[in-house]
Amino acid sequence: MTLDRATPMVKFAGVTKRYGRLTVIDGLDFAIAHGEKVALIGPSGSGKTTVLRMLMTLERIDGGVIWVEGEPLTHVERGGRLVPADARHLRRVRGKIGMVFQHFNLFPHMTALKNCMEAPMTVLGLPKHQAAERAAELLDMVGLAGKKNHYPSQLSGGQQQRVAIARALAMRPKVMLFDEVTSALDPELVGEVLNVIRKLGAEHDLTMLMVTHQMGFAKEFADRIAFFHRGKIEEEGKPEEFFGNPKNERTRQFLRAVLDAV
Amino acid sequence: MLWDWGYALEILPVLGQAAIITIEATLLGFAMAAVLGLVFAILRMLGPAVAWPVSMLIELVRSTPLLIQIFFLYFVLPKFGVTLDAFTAGVLALGLHYATYCAEVYRAGLENIPRGQWEASIALNLSLYTTFKDIILPQAIPPVVPPLGNYLVALFKETPLLSAIAVLELMQTAKILGSETFRYVEPITLVGALFLAMSLVSAALIRQVERALGRRFVR
Ligand SMILES: Nc1ncnc2c1ncn2[C@@H]1O[C@H](COP(=O)(O)OP(=O)(O)O)[C@@H](O)[C@H]1O
Ligand SMILES: [Mg+2]
Repeated sequence: MTLDRATPMVKFAGVTKRYGRLTVIDGLDFAIAHGEKVALIGPSGSGKTTVLRMLMTLERIDGGVIWVEGEPLTHVERGGRLVPADARHLRRVRGKIGMVFQHFNLFPHMTALKNCMEAPMTVLGLPKHQAAERAAELLDMVGLAGKKNHYPSQLSGGQQQRVAIARALAMRPKVMLFDEVTSALDPELVGEVLNVIRKLGAEHDLTMLMVTHQMGFAKEFADRIAFFHRGKIEEEGKPEEFFGNPKNERTRQFLRAVLDAV
Repeated sequence: MLWDWGYALEILPVLGQAAIITIEATLLGFAMAAVLGLVFAILRMLGPAVAWPVSMLIELVRSTPLLIQIFFLYFVLPKFGVTLDAFTAGVLALGLHYATYCAEVYRAGLENIPRGQWEASIALNLSLYTTFKDIILPQAIPPVVPPLGNYLVALFKETPLLSAIAVLELMQTAKILGSETFRYVEPITLVGALFLAMSLVSAALIRQVERALGRRFVR
């Protein structure tokens, strides 16, 4: 398979997810290009988190196929047919993907530095000094050079989230997923985390998929906005046209509601 | 006279020897219980195909008296070609019996780890082994040290059951001394006192360990 910039970095093809009898993602078709930054917005419960979790392989899918760089993630090809992937395949392909969670999920018994060293050492087999060097660089990049030896409990929410970003980056992912990464933060700490994400976008060739309620940030940062409603993309487009001239009535309702709330 | 100090002093060294056997049985039995209990607890998390037989075994062991398990290992296993000396059979029985209780303690500890820790481990692509070793167990075990310590003391207090298969621990030694001299007051009293002393010492040690573990976490 030839890989070029035209092959989508991520592609959801007819992806369906159910919890019991509730269909939360309904035949989703959605492609994200190399280096593209896409913001997922929409009402609570519309399936935005589920989309990220399926891509991170935290959830099994019930239908369709997810592709990463032209290779099936959720499936493997066997005899010309796609069959559900085993754990080894999932592990190999998800190495391209990193995720930052709403509640940070840092390892509380490790310092900031150790949090960023654990996976590079045990998964990539980096020697300790090299892992420490990479971790220190990344903590520096997120503005936490002075907090290397602090435990998560000794850091503010914004600092913890920045450690979590550094931790994910230490695995050199090609795709980064952000799930409402500023929602659990006090308002005055939101900016420092968004600044780190801006910097990432500017300095790295990362594909980013972010769920956010920060409409201003989405408008300024994303290449494309996708509006979710009941497990489907109701409307998508470039930020200017999406926010400037939303076509869908539901989109207009949603935007009115969130903009009123500010 | 009810209490003979001369006799008490005379048998003290013999009982001291027996106390060492009791301590050995306790430590070996508990080491086995602590390790096997953790294995049981982890196996029960690995899906129904593994969890089911393990749960059956745990239920079986918990629903039958320890004394019967001791007898089983010592008297019945030889019929299947496995012959154990009394001390080994006793330690294995203690270890297996208490492993089932420790498993429950570990399970509570494991269940207390937030789901986000598992999910972060997957997102970082850690192997299952690394996830347990570096992420889950270091967080799950320190909080369960106190209940594990309680089982250590409980196991210790059940070692006299090994006298039933003639392991020369404290109780068996006291019984032998008593039957030789027809004086039971001193041996049994001394055994009780030794158990009391050792229980107090181990309780103090466990508190030390708890405190040391508590310090490792800056929360
Ligand atoms: N583990 C689960 N079990 C059952 N239902 C779930 C589970 N996770 C999410 N859901 C449901 O799936 C729907 C989509 O959830 P989610 O993706 O979290 O939405 P969003 O992130 O857009 O708020 C919601 O209706 C939610 O209640
Ligand atoms: Mg969500």
